[in-house]
Amino acid sequence: MKKDQVRILCPNGHMGFAPTKEESFWIGADTKPDYYCCDSGSDDIGPNPLGSDTSVSPYEWQKHDLELMLLAARKQGVPMLIGSSGDTGTNSRVDLYVQIIRDLAKKHRLLPFKLVSFYSEVEKSYLKRKMENGDTVDGLEDRSDLTMEELEKTDRIVALAGVHPFIRALEMGADVVIGGRSSDAAIFAAAALFEGFPENHAYYAGKVLECASFCAEPYMAKETVIGTVTSEDVKVTAMHPEQRCTIASVAGHAMYERSNAFFEYFAGGTLDMTRCRYEQFDERTTRVTGQIFIPTKGKIKVKLEGSGKIGERFIGIVGIRDPYTIQNIDKVIDWARSQVEERFKGQIYQLFYHIYGKNGVMGALEPIKEIKSHELCIVTEGIAPTKDVAEEVALIGSRQIFYARLPEVKGTAGTAAFLVDSVLPAPPAYMWTMNHVMPVNDPLEFIRFNEFTI
Amino acid sequence: MKTRKLVELAKTIRSKNAGTDRITFDIIFNEKENYELVKKSQALTLETVAKLFGVPESRISDFLEFDPAYAIKFTIKREQPSGSPGDPDIFGCQQYPPLLDLEVPVP
Repeated sequence: MKKDQVRILCPNGHMGFAPTKEESFWIGADTKPDYYCCDSGSDDIGPNPLGSDTSVSPYEWQKHDLELMLLAARKQGVPMLIGSSGDTGTNSRVDLYVQIIRDLAKKHRLLPFKLVSFYSEVEKSYLKRKMENGDTVDGLEDRSDLTMEELEKTDRIVALAGVHPFIRALEMGADVVIGGRSSDAAIFAAAALFEGFPENHAYYAGKVLECASFCAEPYMAKETVIGTVTSEDVKVTAMHPEQRCTIASVAGHAMYERSNAFFEYFAGGTLDMTRCRYEQFDERTTRVTGQIFIPTKGKIKVKLEGSGKIGERFIGIVGIRDPYTIQNIDKVIDWARSQVEERFKGQIYQLFYHIYGKNGVMGALEPIKEIKSHELCIVTEGIAPTKDVAEEVALIGSRQIFYARLPEVKGTAGTAAFLVDSVLPAPPAYMWTMNHVMPVNDPLEFIRFNEFTI
Repeated sequence: MKTRKLVELAKTIRSKNAGTDRITFDIIFNEKENYELVKKSQALTLETVAKLFGVPESRISDFLEFDPAYAIKFTIKREQPSGSPGDPDIFGCQQYPPLLDLEVPVP
């Protein structure tokens, strides 16, 4: 029998990245929600984790957050849905989360349950075949359509799953779903759609819940919120005793991390929020109506994220206190650059100077041009195909600040203070090579499922 | 003309990645009065923010007023995707400070 409403708990906007706060989680769990849903990924963290197939979240935090949800969901016997496992949602991260669930089940001696996991990583050969068959992989946000050359520069690709694999997993009888890279909102929308609620409200619920307590005020991260979906509306309630979901906080969240506050695109359609009406339902709850989901006409398009390695990287850290050197910092940097170029002329390398105290944070966007600092910190970033060259680029680029040739400098025993007298290995440099969409005949065609009884 | 700084009028002024290729800026007001005042003042427009950040207007991909949240929002196209070699702000979350001191003409 169809429920009158479905209540979905979200404990964290990016599971594992910082630990879920427990007090509001258990307050929420005590209200016995119908689903526990959470996204564990983000493209905010830059291209390195995807390219190198690593997590930026510590294992202990990932385990902590999964443990809370697993224990609460199994105690109640309701489903738990996780998307974008391990920050990037690659296959290895899905396997990691499945193993954590296995270990937790053993530790707590949980009764047997069904786990369905799915992969959403995409092989280069699969995209190549599509392109050879005449499909276009469209660039998003002013990027050109994908070329074979750009594809070759890519090391790893994930596709952002929509609601489809989550719904299929629930149809398979899953108690726990561990997903590859997914649209964050799709995880929540899938639960509401599976329970038979309309697309308008299901997708809006996903959109508002995906960042957990960021849709509430005052500002507190990693606190639990609960969304209630009916056939008429969506209500969202803060669980932390000091937080409230207000009209301003809920409406304001619609535009968070998005270029546009009115539209949100998914594999399968667009959520139109231009006619949303917000009402204060009770002290901690806002009710939203008027949202519309417009299904895609023609082939569904699925978003792709791709990352490719640029090179090995070392960084140097240099301090400057001499006021004359500070005022002439551009000349100092030109000198150091020229010394690197003299050594590596004609070779592939990149050298960046981040001058904190001048424009280290904003670079070219910094409107303040005059340096007012009495000291500067310069971070030298050297990148090259091999570690040896990257190290030497960073080292010459740093050490030559010490030997800069300024005509009137008083401090002729060196114009730089070194924190360490060498350079430090940094994670390799990667680049987002793909921010594209691919057409699919079936939204599950790139998905691979695994079923386990745990 | 009398002016006040945007930081005194707005509740929230923030920047953040919007995907891999853009940084979006939100200026949110507590109440309708300040929101309408800033809207009418023309101190915050596509043209003024392009000038403030020293970018051509073509690099502002969106500029919109969002009444339900009393918010003004705009988005700047990055020159390189987030986290590319040399990018000093992977999350794009420290690009808003020049907005704090923006002078808004007030009656």
